[in-house]
Amino acid sequence: MSALILAMVVLLAVVLIGAALVAIKGKSLPIAILSAGLVSLIASVLFLVLAAPDVAMTEAAIGSGLTTFLFFFVLSRVRGGEND
Amino acid sequence: MIKRAAALLLLTIIGGIFFTLLTGYSADENLNLTAQYYAENTAKDIGAANIVTAIIVTYRGLDTLGEVTVLFLAAAIVGLVLARSRGAGAAQTVKAPVGELLTTGSHSLLPLILLLGIYIFVNGHLTPGGGFQGGAVVASAMLLLLLANPVKRFNHRLISIIESFSGFSYVVIGVLGLLLAGGFLDNRILPIGEFGQLFSAGAIPLIYSLIGLKVGAEFSSILSNLSEAEEL
Repeated sequence: MSALILAMVVLLAVVLIGAALVAIKGKSLPIAILSAGLVSLIASVLFLVLAAPDVAMTEAAIGSGLTTFLFFFVLSRVRGGEND
Repeated sequence: MIKRAAALLLLTIIGGIFFTLLTGYSADENLNLTAQYYAENTAKDIGAANIVTAIIVTYRGLDTLGEVTVLFLAAAIVGLVLARSRGAGAAQTVKAPVGELLTTGSHSLLPLILLLGIYIFVNGHLTPGGGFQGGAVVASAMLLLLLANPVKRFNHRLISIIESFSGFSYVVIGVLGLLLAGGFLDNRILPIGEFGQLFSAGAIPLIYSLIGLKVGAEFSSILSNLSEAEEL
């Protein structure tokens, strides 16, 4: 693994942890959903770097694509509940 | 207070476990015994260029059947739970029109995304990806369709026909493997063919296309059920 790729991976890992913290601690639900999607997107890039393209494809399509919108669909259904 | 202490203790234990794993890690020089078997025999026995696919569809085919069943159950339960809230002839809520950009973009992107999904599962034995990934990409095309036109209704009968047909054929191919070749889901019921060609690796392209259709239909049905559910 060359130094450039290693630096990129470390940067991505830091952003991943930051996005995960935003998803847990953030006050706004839409932003939390978007950061959870970002976590999956970065994880899929990391899988690709680790030479697992099959897993990366699944993570990108299901983790960051479908589940993000699934959460938005559900959010629009529960809007107006007790705790919003 | 005691809750917080317990959480901290748990975190420390988990951190300790991972730390010892990390310090004790050294990259293997050679493949382990199982991996070596797969690396040496896949091309000869199965004829698939993608070893991951050979393992998922043939060596561990029964596990994949289980996974597909789990996904089917999830889709069925979503349908069951949401069917109650889908009132018959309920008042259609007027939704804000979607943007021009999304409508035009979806028209030009939809065929490309569908084609990519089909390419991924048809070439599952040659390139990375396969039925699950291809099916998810096909379903994301359906998601784009729903986003561009929120009042769009999918044909549920068509989705369930595709879903049941592919599931049934998958099991029939598995039983054929039991009768004609070495065991359940053996891919050698069709000729292995030339390594690296599209029509090779026996029944793998067929099985993976069926899995792709099934997964795509299941995800689409989950999405359309969620989008059709009336306000609770």
